[in-house]
Amino acid sequence: MVRVILPYHLQTLAQVPKEVQLTVEGPISIASVLTALEGAYPVLKGTIRDHETLKRRSFLRFFAAGEDISLEPTDQPLPVAVALGREPLMVVGAIAGG
Amino acid sequence: MSRVRVLVGTKKGAFVCEADGKRKDWSIEGPLFGGWEIYHMKGSPIDPNRIFASQSSGWFGQIIQRSDDGGKTWAPPSGAAEGESNRFVYDGVPGTHRWYDGTPHPWEFKRVWHMEPSLADPDSVLAGVEDAALFESKDAGATWSELSGLRQHTTGQDWQPGAGGMCLHTILVDPTNPDRIWVAISAAGCFRSDDGGHTWKTANKGLISEFMPSPDAEVGHCVHRIAFHPSRPSTLFMQKHWDIMRSDDSGDTWREVSGNLPSDFGFPIDVHAHEQETVYVVPIKSDSEHYVPEGKLRVYRSRVGGNEWEPLTHGLPQQDCYVNVLRDAMAVDTLEDCGVYFGTTGGQVYVSPDGGDHWSAINEHFPTVLSVEVQTLG
Repeated sequence: MVRVILPYHLQTLAQVPKEVQLTVEGPISIASVLTALEGAYPVLKGTIRDHETLKRRSFLRFFAAGEDISLEPTDQPLPVAVALGREPLMVVGAIAGG
Repeated sequence: MSRVRVLVGTKKGAFVCEADGKRKDWSIEGPLFGGWEIYHMKGSPIDPNRIFASQSSGWFGQIIQRSDDGGKTWAPPSGAAEGESNRFVYDGVPGTHRWYDGTPHPWEFKRVWHMEPSLADPDSVLAGVEDAALFESKDAGATWSELSGLRQHTTGQDWQPGAGGMCLHTILVDPTNPDRIWVAISAAGCFRSDDGGHTWKTANKGLISEFMPSPDAEVGHCVHRIAFHPSRPSTLFMQKHWDIMRSDDSGDTWREVSGNLPSDFGFPIDVHAHEQETVYVVPIKSDSEHYVPEGKLRVYRSRVGGNEWEPLTHGLPQQDCYVNVLRDAMAVDTLEDCGVYFGTTGGQVYVSPDGGDHWSAINEHFPTVLSVEVQTLG
């Protein structure tokens, strides 16, 4: 199982706890994890990545195994620790606004 | 006994307030969607338990919410395909409009500013969005398609955003002819369709905007809000960036009716539920100082369709008040004595149960109020 930590607003939107666990088909990448996440919780479609372009929304970042991987190709394999469920993929909202 | 339900959208969530016909003792439910911006909520005129809400965030984008039980429970609308209710895709190749600096800029969806449920079908609803376009849903908000004739108007490439973005913020549908629709866009102007939204004509003749190189241009006017009385939709009232305007020919031509107002800059405008010539505005000091003049929160009422305005102050703060009332934050109920409601950037929501003569606060400590709508319940 892949673990994903969601920011507060998406937890309340999807009515899930801070961490969700997903079964991910195929290679474990940002793209495949988000596809599994959106499959499990369709209300999250369009909130993390654009419906059409699948680009990450500007004020969100992806952290994994202590690294900011937001700018990495989304089909690049995630760290083994994330793929094995020892570490979560973190979806993080930028600190901005009031 | 009749009741009213007030739908309050704020920068940090939504609130549902209810009272009986006296409009004195209020229950307040919320915050709903805590932490999200709620630009607008509006109930279906034919099924008051059905309410649509536009929920958005700079981080997470647009969400549409719907309640089918009068605001008690909510969920994003879902149809055959789940997760599509926040998918607003411009029709065809979107092209460009004009950016602040005059250069071409791609059309980009940002958020839904206003939702207008159908007068005839509880599953039909229109949405006005930023960047300015009109979308419709025929499945109660589950999916959306653009009525692209508006954005593809010959002037569309020349539309520019105002300070608040290029938003389609007002939608009026003629109760006597559902094919006739008016929309208002900042900062493009007013447009009218006579064929259900497929084709559009500009409706800006008579508007003068001194900030433009050509003050009487066909488009470019920063219309803040338009309103009509449902029984006389051919007469429209407009709060423009500056100027209160009136049209008696369905928007073909406009004339100024600012009259004796202390300032003709403001955002909301509304019409009494039973008096076609009674109009309400809330002037603010200027385009540079978005707060009420002299520290006094005054609603101004004209009983003669403009030009002659009287301040309404009873129960409103008359010193040290520096709030604004945004364009979608005023509404009227349809009870016999016509309640008037408005919300402020300071978080107060006020009600007058007698057409503006006396005011009291429903609540004084909401987050910044973005929108106020009211439902009159049997």
